[in-house]
This record gives sequence, structure tokens and C-alpha cells, in this order.
Amino acid sequence: MIPFEYHSATSVTDALTAVADRPDAVFLAGGTNLVDHMKLGIVTPGLVVDVGHLPLTNVDLLPDGTLRIGAEVRNSDLAAHAIVRSTHPVLTRALVSAASGQLRNLATTAGNLLQRTRCVYFQDLTTPCNKRVPGSGCSAVGGYTRYHAILGASEHCVAVHPSDMAVAMAALDARVVYLDANGEGRLTLSSFYRLPGERPELDTTLPSGALITAVEIPAPPANARSTYRKVRDRASYAFALTSVAAEVVVADGTVASARIALGGVAHQPWRARRAEQSLIGGPATEDAFGAAADAELAQARPLAGNEFKVELTRRAVVATLLSLVEGFQ
Amino acid sequence: MSLVTATDITVRVDGAERSVRLDNRVTVLDMLREHLGVTAPKKGCDHGQCGACTVLLDGRRVTTCLALAVAHDGAEIVTASGLGDTDDLHPVAQAFLDHDGFQCGYCTPGQICSGVQYPHCTPGQICSAVGMLDEFKAGAPSHVTVDLEEPADLSVAEIRERMSGNLCRCAAYPNIVAAIGAVPR
Repeated sequence: MIPFEYHSATSVTDALTAVADRPDAVFLAGGTNLVDHMKLGIVTPGLVVDVGHLPLTNVDLLPDGTLRIGAEVRNSDLAAHAIVRSTHPVLTRALVSAASGQLRNLATTAGNLLQRTRCVYFQDLTTPCNKRVPGSGCSAVGGYTRYHAILGASEHCVAVHPSDMAVAMAALDARVVYLDANGEGRLTLSSFYRLPGERPELDTTLPSGALITAVEIPAPPANARSTYRKVRDRASYAFALTSVAAEVVVADGTVASARIALGGVAHQPWRARRAEQSLIGGPATEDAFGAAADAELAQARPLAGNEFKVELTRRAVVATLLSLVEGFQ
Repeated sequence: MSLVTATDITVRVDGAERSVRLDNRVTVLDMLREHLGVTAPKKGCDHGQCGACTVLLDGRRVTTCLALAVAHDGAEIVTASGLGDTDDLHPVAQAFLDHDGFQCGYCTPGQICSGVQYPHCTPGQICSAVGMLDEFKAGAPSHVTVDLEEPADLSVAEIRERMSGNLCRCAAYPNIVAAIGAVPR
């Protein structure tokens, strides 16, 4: 780690001012990913602006049913929040499936969104990686691909986004609220995250120097049921091989509404819109769920070594939907 | 203009106020061990993966190797040493002793496990267990909690899930789980 200056922001405005004209500055919140990357030499900031003490720690239910989550709400607090547990169980399930109790007590909402891939080559400074050093090459193509993408990858990068929380938020049509010199802006989760394309060094479309202040989740449809299913190599404390965030409404055996996102399979939380379109208006049966998964996964392009993730994801989608449908009977 | 890359920090550690000037790069773990001489928390992986460095920071269990000290000026820190001593063991420490919840004791550390300050021997596991039990009492759900709107029972599955951030390379897990399950609640 190289020496750096430290500034504890006293307000959002103060934080934005502190990083203006300082391309070597980073925001620090919980630090569970950033400090690790500073130790590894993946990031070498000259200035660390601490936003972890800003009063962005409320979870508010707005009059229209929107849940507004402050950027500095700890992952453990968000998971345990009574409204989240009752209204968006998929979000609580995703949060408690991630990391460990100690890490969830430090990690924040915005920090979770902005965490970086756990691709082993990205984290190893001795190997080429286009995400870490643009133009240096991708070591994962032809390498160890068990934790890499099957959807939406490019020849330049096959890394996946590691968050569980963001997968649930993608299914729930969450919006990222940020502040920068131009004022307040909003991005849907789908437009916030990028596919790697030719610029894998960019994870998100967040403007440079902007600070995330909140995440907004619209009210769910009436009678919705939701959950999160994570498949991993250990029973606990491991990143996803694949995961499914799903929310459905079933009426009289017919799928009235379906929102699905996949984790561990793409550079971004993967909103499974083809699967959703396949489901809506159709029967809530295992065959229909399998057909919906197939519709989504027809576009999968697995790598040598991770072909199994296509079938694994298919089964995870079907199992997740079946577990939700049982509740409607 | 020379850059300011060090900061004056004051924290309370196991009840005592401590002030020290630290390079901004120093983690809470290194502050405790290398600058304040508080060696109960152990350095295992130094990347947030093993849990040996767990302390209670402002009342919550956290991995101190990923927390910058400069970002926690004013914090209240309780290490395993602050939970009790030989004459007055913390109930979790007593349970680990009763159930033989450690082998080498690093995660649980120690070759230094002399019994002089018993909690030194199992800092990561004990601090995490204390924090975990507080979270459980507050009603926090876990990955294996079946009903998110009903209080969970502290089953073996719940203990294993909630303690999964504390690795034990001796694999003393069965006795660790038994110890935590036997802590009076």
C-alpha cells in the first residue's frame, strides 16, 4: 500500500468537493473490498475520502410504497429490517447469503453495489487482466473459468459481478440515486451496470466523481412472493456459481407477474427478461418454468470449463420458481 | 507542500482510552497488535476471509484487518481480553473451555494459551460468538432461517451458518458449535 491522504467527509457536498479535481481519490465506506484491493495493489489512491460516517443510514418507506435505502445502511441492518423482510424477502435472502456476519456488519449498500469482481486473475497482479490493466489481455479465457460468465461476456473480459444484493435489486427494478456536480441523478440497476464489451475496466455507468446517496425500490405488485436461491461450492461464505432472484404473482394457476435476475453468470446482475416474457400469462408449472429458463439460456455462451453452469442455472431457476409457487397453493 | 499521511487517533480499547498517531494505512488490527500491544485479536489471512481478527467495534463483530484505523477514530473496541479474565470468565469463554472448543487455539489462538488470560486463546471465535449471539437476540435472520418473520431457534444449523466467517484449520467445529449452543441465554 502506498501512503495516502485521508479526509472524513462532513457532508455529501463536502465529499463531492474533496474528490473534485482529484482523479487519484476514492470514496471509502465499509472498506471490505477497497482496503483489500489497496493491500493487493489493485487500487493505489492518493486520497481516501471517508463517506462511512455520513448520515445516509435511513431505510424509509415513502408514501407511494417506494423503499428508499440510504447508501450507508449496513448490509446486516438492511437484511434485518422489518419492512424488507416482509415486503422484499428476496432482498433479505440475498443479503444474508453473502459474505460473513463480520463483513455484513461493515459493508454498506453503496459499497456492495460498487464491489469489484472476484475473478482470480483480476486480483493477481502477476497475470494479464483487461479489467485491471486495459489492453493487457484476459487470463481467464483459456484459464480457470469455474466462476466466470456464461452470458453477455466479450473476448476482452469474462468476469462476473460478485454481489448477491445487487441481483435481488435488479429483479426489483431498483434505482441508484447519486449526486454529482450536476445535481441528483438516477439510474436503473439495469443501466447502472455494464456489460464488458471493449471497456471491461468500467463496471458501471456512474459518472466520475459522483457519490451514491440511496437506492430506491418501487413497491412490489400485490400478492407478490419473492426469494433468492444461491448455488455455491460451500454451504456458506462463498461466492455464487449461479444464483436466482425471483418475484412472482400467481393467480388461478397462471403467472400474472414475474421478475427474475441471475447472479454469478454475467458481468452484471442478469435480468432474465426472456424468461419473464415466457412465463407471464402462462401456467405456473414445472414444464413452463423449464421452458422459461431455456428461453433465457438459449443465448448462453459458456467457456471451456464452465459449461455445467448452463444446466445448473436452468435447474436453479426452476427450483426457485417452484418454491415460490408452492406458497400460492 | 508535503502530504499529510498520518493522523492522531483516540479509541477506547477494553475500557481504556488510548491515543496514538498512525500512518493512514494502518488497519484496526495492526493498530491493536503493533501499536497498542493488544494481541488478543490474531492476524490470520489479513484479507477478511478467516475471522481470526474479529473484535466488537462499537458493539458489533467485525473483521479488523479490513478496517482502517483512521476511519474509526473515537471507536469503542472490545477484544476477547476485554470480555473477562481468568477469575471472571465470560460465559462464552467458559463454554469454550467446558466443551473443548479449540485445538491449536489460533483462531481460538494460542500456544500462549496459558490460562493466565484465558480469552486470549480464542479471540476470533469467542468475539464472533459473542457478537453473533447479540445479533441473534436482536432478531437478525440468517441464510438458514426458514421464516423471516418469526424468531428463529438457535439450532445447530443456525450456529454453523452464523459462525461461517470464522475458520478453524484444526476443524474444532463440532465442539465450537456445542460450546456456543450451551451458552446460557
